[in-house]
Amino acid sequence: MSFVQNFPFFSIIIAMFSGIISSVLPGKKARALSVAAITVTTLMSAAVLGFCMGTGESYTYMMGHFPAPWGNEIRAGVLEGLTALLFGIVMFLSVLGGMRDVAEDIEPSKQNLFYIMIDLMLSSLLALIYTNDLFTAYVFVEINTIAGCGLIMVRQTGRSLTAAIRYMVMSSLGSGLFLIGLSLLYDVTGQLLMSPARTAVEKIVAEGSYRIPVLVIVAVVSVGLAIKSGLFPFHSWIPDTYGYATPTASAVLSGLVSKGYIFLLIKFFYRVMAPLNVIHSHIVNVLFIFGVAGMMIGSLRAIMQTDTRKMIAYSSVAQIGYIYMGIGLGTQAGMIAAIFHIFAHAATKALLFISSVGLYKASGGKTDFLALRGAGYRNRLAGIGFLVGAMSMVGFPMLSGFISKLLFATSALQSPHKMLITLIALAVSTVLNAVYFLRLMIGLYRPARSGTYVEPKDAKARAEAGREAANPWALRISIVCFVALNLILGLFSQPIVREITEGLAMFE
Amino acid sequence: MSRLKENYENSRYRRFMRWMNGEVDLLDGVTDVRIPEETEPAPAGHGAAGPVSSADKRRAALEARRKESEEIFGPEIWPQAASGEPIFDRRLTVFRGVYSVMSVILCAVIIWVFLWTTVHLPPFGGADNPANNEVPRRYIESGLAETGAVNFVTGMILDYRAFDTFGESCVLFIASCCVLVLLRIDPVDEHSRARVRKQQENDRVFEPKNDVILQKAAFILVPLILIFGIYIVLNGHLSPGGGFSGGAVLGSGLILYLNAFGFQKTERFFTEKVYRRVTLCALTFYCLAKSYSFFTGANHLESGIPLGTPGAILSSGLILPLNICVGLVVMCTMYAFYTLFRKGGM
Repeated sequence: MSFVQNFPFFSIIIAMFSGIISSVLPGKKARALSVAAITVTTLMSAAVLGFCMGTGESYTYMMGHFPAPWGNEIRAGVLEGLTALLFGIVMFLSVLGGMRDVAEDIEPSKQNLFYIMIDLMLSSLLALIYTNDLFTAYVFVEINTIAGCGLIMVRQTGRSLTAAIRYMVMSSLGSGLFLIGLSLLYDVTGQLLMSPARTAVEKIVAEGSYRIPVLVIVAVVSVGLAIKSGLFPFHSWIPDTYGYATPTASAVLSGLVSKGYIFLLIKFFYRVMAPLNVIHSHIVNVLFIFGVAGMMIGSLRAIMQTDTRKMIAYSSVAQIGYIYMGIGLGTQAGMIAAIFHIFAHAATKALLFISSVGLYKASGGKTDFLALRGAGYRNRLAGIGFLVGAMSMVGFPMLSGFISKLLFATSALQSPHKMLITLIALAVSTVLNAVYFLRLMIGLYRPARSGTYVEPKDAKARAEAGREAANPWALRISIVCFVALNLILGLFSQPIVREITEGLAMFE
Repeated sequence: MSRLKENYENSRYRRFMRWMNGEVDLLDGVTDVRIPEETEPAPAGHGAAGPVSSADKRRAALEARRKESEEIFGPEIWPQAASGEPIFDRRLTVFRGVYSVMSVILCAVIIWVFLWTTVHLPPFGGADNPANNEVPRRYIESGLAETGAVNFVTGMILDYRAFDTFGESCVLFIASCCVLVLLRIDPVDEHSRARVRKQQENDRVFEPKNDVILQKAAFILVPLILIFGIYIVLNGHLSPGGGFSGGAVLGSGLILYLNAFGFQKTERFFTEKVYRRVTLCALTFYCLAKSYSFFTGANHLESGIPLGTPGAILSSGLILPLNICVGLVVMCTMYAFYTLFRKGGM
């Protein structure tokens, strides 16, 4: 057994352990430890990806002295490695970019608690990616939910507290449904480990016994995870949550947390239920319809916002809709497109949240359209970052959003019944995306005197405002790297799509 | 010469430009539920006589509650409209009515679906159920030989599936971190320090100081509860029990002690520093011990931890120390929750 094969286990444990240690550290040291832990786990994920690409097959890793199904087990393949690597990078850059705001938004004595949440969030995301056991998945879904609530409310303003309560209620509902689904599955199959559960499910379906429980299991797990990832019509918690949390939390929650649940759902479909059974249960059609509806409603709501952070948050509703639409197509190609969009959206939405921070700083902390007039000149780097992110969301060629739209469109051609709806939805949604993002982009590069932001008159105050608006090095690195990540996903999409295809084949 | 358009402000172009400039909020007050600070108080005398009188009654009740809370917690706790009037929104009442009807219907549907599913499930406790397969069989048949624990359940959660249990203790850990974020009061300036002092004084109102019955009862019960808790934790691998249940018993014993004798007594041995250290040590030990065991297990190395004689107190390898760790974490979490809810600190 190669030493690299230990890395999935190491990365989960390192992230958890750094969270535990952080409880006695002061804020700054906890931050350094958190950044170090994210770096190490990201490198390890890269090594795992390299190893799996080298051997061309996935492997399972025994957690302890007992083989699964008696003991715990995790599993790593190309898709797991790739997702963990990308999530690690996005997490790292989000933490880096939001450092200053964490220091400002959160009481100094509670900053280490914020980084505990970040560490445990990372470990739970990694565990959701690598898990091969449904109950392990549930335990880490719990950690993920509580850490998510913590990340939102740690800012402790009235708005973020109400947002955290809404998130907690919706998210607990999702966890509960997921748990009910698992219990039913255990009742009819007697297995919680994914591979034997799949054998048992296939046997049940072939026999035709327990038809209704199997249907309810698929439905309950899908709905539970859809609630947790914010699919329309369960999106009502999204705008407040992403809009009023501290920027790092917004970036992590919208870029990674909701995607972690979707990844788990994909794993459930492929590794437990077998794709064919899921398609026969018609739950994919339900996901498809709500995905398409989400694309429209999210974009329409985003157009109506005057607060840019809420606009970006509503845009997430639309993008989650895209992903579910891809899953709902019920084809291999649709699934590949959905997974690519998970990556593209993680990279882009985090970039938008992080770079908008620079723009708000340059506009006296205001977040509405009028105040942001001319902010692209006041903070050039953040302006460029936002521009790239918005263009990518709209689907500008060379950027990641374009590739995912292209993949969705080509995959739609393979499913005749849903082709027309998908293509029309893509076209309309692209136009709607363009409407609200272009509006903001044009606003960013219009003269500041037409907006409400007033530049301080006397030289001293102006210098003060300039210092306030200056980007700290961490934010600069973060924005530049995010832009580069977007370009990489957009320009070198072929190898990534190939790896996704290979990874999905390993799920079988 | 171009013609000046009448009603220019309402023309399509002008409306588009207003949206473009971000001057209007098309859905002002529609899309989001606002926190009460921003809603206007309902105009008085609106509607028929019935609603008004009930509205007044409610307003009076609200006012009374606000005054009461102000006396105890200071003015900033209770939400208030800008005009100084307490908040009362009629739309909210309508929403609540519709909401409760809809939720009853939804619940009924969900209950029906799950009952319908349950009918189709394998019979409860049947011998041929799918859940009676090789997995529980091995736990029962070879659990004692493989883990050294007489109590199969403990052997299962702390040896076979120790990774899940580690996750569960981290759930407790992160939950207490969240409560710390919410409830711990860190006095940073003179104002908040004064508030903390005032609240601590107020705490006496709730604290039954020198309640003889309670103190006498606690005097007898607390040692018994604590010893029983320690017994459950230490004997977790031999008899029903273990870290989670024993820790809960220990925590409730500490809470009873605190209620009877007050913070001054408990602070002699249980402060936030102690809490942090105990949790840190317990979780660190759990993490390191289990990492070692996972690593050796996955790489097919001998762990070198003796299992001992089944039935002896010092047996079953790592299970006993892990039970102690879980017990400590659960106890600290329970106690910390109580003190944080009580006075925002330990």
